Amino acid sequence: MQKQLLLGDEAIAQGAIDAGLSGIYAYPGTPSTEITQYVIDSKEAKEKGIVATWTANEKTSAEAALGVSYAGKRAMVCMKHVGLNVAADAFINSSITGANGGIIFVVADDPSMHSSQNEQDSRFYGKFAMIPILEPADQQEAYDMVHHAFDLSEKYQIPVMLRITTRLAHSRAGVARKTSKEQNQLKLPDNLKQFILLPAIARKQYKTLLNNQPHFENEAENSQFNIYTDGKNKSMGIIACGLAYNYLMENYPDRNIPYPVLKVSQYPAPKKQIEKLYNECESILVLEEGYPLVEELLRGMLNHGKEIKGRLDGTIPRDGELNPVIVGTALGFKAPVIRDIPSLVSGRPPSLCKGCPHIDSFFGLNEALEKYGKGRVFSDIGCYTLGALAPYDAINTCVDMGASITMAKGAADAGLTPSVAVIGDSTFTHSGITGLLDAVNDKSNITVVILDNATTGMTGGQPSSAVGKIEDICKGIGVEEEHIRILKPLPKKHEENLKIFEEEIAYEGVSVIIPRRECIQTLNKRMRDKFKAKQKAEAAGK
Amino acid sequence: MKKDIILAGVGGQGILSIASIIGYAAVQTDLYLKQAEVHGMSQRGGDVQSNLRLSDKPIASDLIPHGKADMILSVEPMESLRYLPFLSPEGWLVTNTKPFINIPEYPAEEDIMAEIKKLPQHVALDAESIATKLGTVKAANIVMLGAASPFLGLDYDKLKEAISFFFGRKGKDLVDLNLKALEAGREFTRKNMN
Ligand SMILES: Cc1ncc(C[n+]2csc(CCOP(=O)(O)OP(=O)(O)O)c2C)c(N)n1
Ligand code: SF4
Repeated sequence: MQKQLLLGDEAIAQGAIDAGLSGIYAYPGTPSTEITQYVIDSKEAKEKGIVATWTANEKTSAEAALGVSYAGKRAMVCMKHVGLNVAADAFINSSITGANGGIIFVVADDPSMHSSQNEQDSRFYGKFAMIPILEPADQQEAYDMVHHAFDLSEKYQIPVMLRITTRLAHSRAGVARKTSKEQNQLKLPDNLKQFILLPAIARKQYKTLLNNQPHFENEAENSQFNIYTDGKNKSMGIIACGLAYNYLMENYPDRNIPYPVLKVSQYPAPKKQIEKLYNECESILVLEEGYPLVEELLRGMLNHGKEIKGRLDGTIPRDGELNPVIVGTALGFKAPVIRDIPSLVSGRPPSLCKGCPHIDSFFGLNEALEKYGKGRVFSDIGCYTLGALAPYDAINTCVDMGASITMAKGAADAGLTPSVAVIGDSTFTHSGITGLLDAVNDKSNITVVILDNATTGMTGGQPSSAVGKIEDICKGIGVEEEHIRILKPLPKKHEENLKIFEEEIAYEGVSVIIPRRECIQTLNKRMRDKFKAKQKAEAAGK
Repeated sequence: MKKDIILAGVGGQGILSIASIIGYAAVQTDLYLKQAEVHGMSQRGGDVQSNLRLSDKPIASDLIPHGKADMILSVEPMESLRYLPFLSPEGWLVTNTKPFINIPEYPAEEDIMAEIKKLPQHVALDAESIATKLGTVKAANIVMLGAASPFLGLDYDKLKEAISFFFGRKGKDLVDLNLKALEAGREFTRKNMN
C-alpha cells in the first residue's frame, strides 16, 4: 500500500481506526486537537460506526473512554498535557480499576510552550500511575504504537499512555498502514466488581498493579521500540528517548554513531539495557524531550556514580524543546556558523482577528472599569487571552481553565470589589460552572462576563458544549434572572453595551453578562460552505 | 538529493497550501518527506513557519538544523529575515516583497529590502501584483511557488501535476490560472536570479 502523508496526530488517529477503535473522546487542546478531529472527519470511521466526539472537558472524556473499556471495547482519549491535570482523578484511578477493552490515554506535551501555560512532562504522570508509557520517535511509530498499546492494554488489563510532543504531533511524514482489525464485541468485565474502588477492592487491585510492575518492565525490555545499538567508542553511552532519537540521528547523516545508543520509546525505562549501557560506558548522555525523567532516575539524589550528562548538569538547557543543534552540541560537534536575525525584524505576536467579537467586549469592559482603576479583571484561556496585549490591555490573569470565576470570587472575598471574571463560552462549560455555583452560594460580589462566540475559537473552531445553554445554566444554578444580561458586541452598540457593563459591575452580587456574537472565523467558514453547497446544488440541477 | 526548505509567513497567509503542493509533488516523485507545521496560538496573525524536508534517503529530524536550510521561501518580506539563522551559506532566499502590516512597529520597507539584498543569493518579487495581473491576487502564493521552483530539486512537470491535482476540484479555469501563476513566478526567477 502507498504510504500516506500524515501528521503525527493523524497517524495516531488512523492507527486507532485500523486497530479496532470503538470510541474516541476529547476536549480540544493544541497540540492534540487533530487526533480526534481526524476521526470525526473520517468517512471510514463513520462507516465503522466509531463514536468520535468532543466532550465538555478532559475529565468527562476520560471517564467516557473508561466506560467504553468497561463495555469491553477499545477506547482512546486525547488531550494536551494540561488536560491531564483536569482528567487526573479519572486517570490515576483508572490504573487501579484497570481496563477491560483496551484504553489509551494520548497526551500531547508542548515543550517550549508554543501554545500552553507550562511545559509539564506527562511521562511523570504515567510513572505516577504506574502504567506503561509509549513515546514514538516518528509518525510511523506513532501509528504502529497504537496497535501495540491496545494489545498491551488488553493483555494486562491496564490503561496505557501514549505520550507525544508538539513536533511529532504537527509534523507530517509518510506512514504505511497495517491491515485493519474488527472492533471488539460488547463484553462485560469477567469480575463485575473490578471497577468498584471500595477500599477493600481497591487495596486488592492496587496489589495487582504493583505485582504487574515487573511484567511492565519485562515488556519494555523486550519491546520492539526500545533498541540497543552497540558502538566501539565506550567513552560515552547515549540514551535517546522518543523524538530525541531523531535529533541524535540527524547529527550522523551516514547513521554510523561511534557510541553505544539505547533508544527508549517504551516505559518503564528498560532496566536491563540501561544497566548494560551504564556498565560498559564511561559516561552517559541522556537526551529526552521534556523534563529529565530518565536522567533523574539514573543519577539518583547523590549522583555518586559515573558522569551523567543531560539537562541537570547543563549539557542541555534545562527548559525548552530539543533540536538537532542542541543535541549536536551535547555530542561535542561544533555549533554551525549562522547568520543573525537582522535587528529590524520585530516580533509579531498573535492577535485577535479583525472583526472579532471579543474586541468590542474588551472596549466596553475597559471603559466601564476606568473609574475603578486597573488590576481587577480575572480571565481565562482562549482567544480572549490575547486581550492581555496592546491595544486592549484588558485582563490581569490567565492560569488554568475556569480559574477566572473562582479567582474573582476569592479576590472579592478578600475585599477587591468590584471584581470581574472574563471567560469564554467553551471554557465556561469546561470548568466555569462549578465556580459560578460557589459564587452564587456565597453571594459573592462579582461580575462574570461569558464571551459567547458560539465556538471553541482558540483551537480552530470546534463546537462549544455551551451553545444555546448559557443563560439556562446560569439561571439553573441561581444567578438572578435580572442580572443575566445579553448584549451584542458590535462597535455601533458600544454606548448601549457600556451601560450594561456599568450597571452590572455596580450591582453588589453575582451578575452575568453574555456578549453574544459568532466568531468571525467560524462565521466565514459557514458562509463559504453554504456558498459551495449552493454552487454544487446548482450544478447538479443543470 | 536533499532539500531543506523553510516556508515563512504570517498566520492566515496560507503557507501550508504551498507546503501541501510541494509535498504532493515530492511523494509522486517517491521522495521521503517531513514537514513540521505550526498550529495553534500563532495562527492568529502571528509569525508562522513550516520546516519542509525532502530527500531520497530517510529523514531523521522533523526540524531543519540551524545553518542547513537550502532555501527560505517567504510570502512576506520581514518574515523572510526572521529565519536567516537557518539558511545555509549557499542557500537561497525567495521572498514576496509585499509587506503584511499588522503590528505597530513594522520596519521601513526600504530597510527590509536592503537586508534582503545583502544576501548573496536572493529573489524578491511582488507576487501580489503579478497574480493580480493574471486575474486574482489569490494566486500570489502559487507565484511564489513558481519563483522557488528552480531551487526545489523537483521535476517542474511534477509540480504542474500537483497544481492540477489541488485545483482540479475547483474547475479547469482555476487550474489554468494557477499554472500561469506558477509559470510567471518561475519566469521572474529565471530573469532576475542575481
Ligand atoms: C485544561 C485545558 N484544556 C484545553 C486547553 C486548550 N484550550 C485553551 S483555550 C481553549 C478553548 C477556549 O474556547 P472558548 O473559551 O470558547 O474561547 P475562544 O477561544 O472561543 O475565545 C482550549 C481548548 C487548555 N489550555 N487547558
Ligand atoms: S478565531 Fe474567532 S474568537 Fe478567535 S480571535 Fe478570531 S474571531 Fe475572535
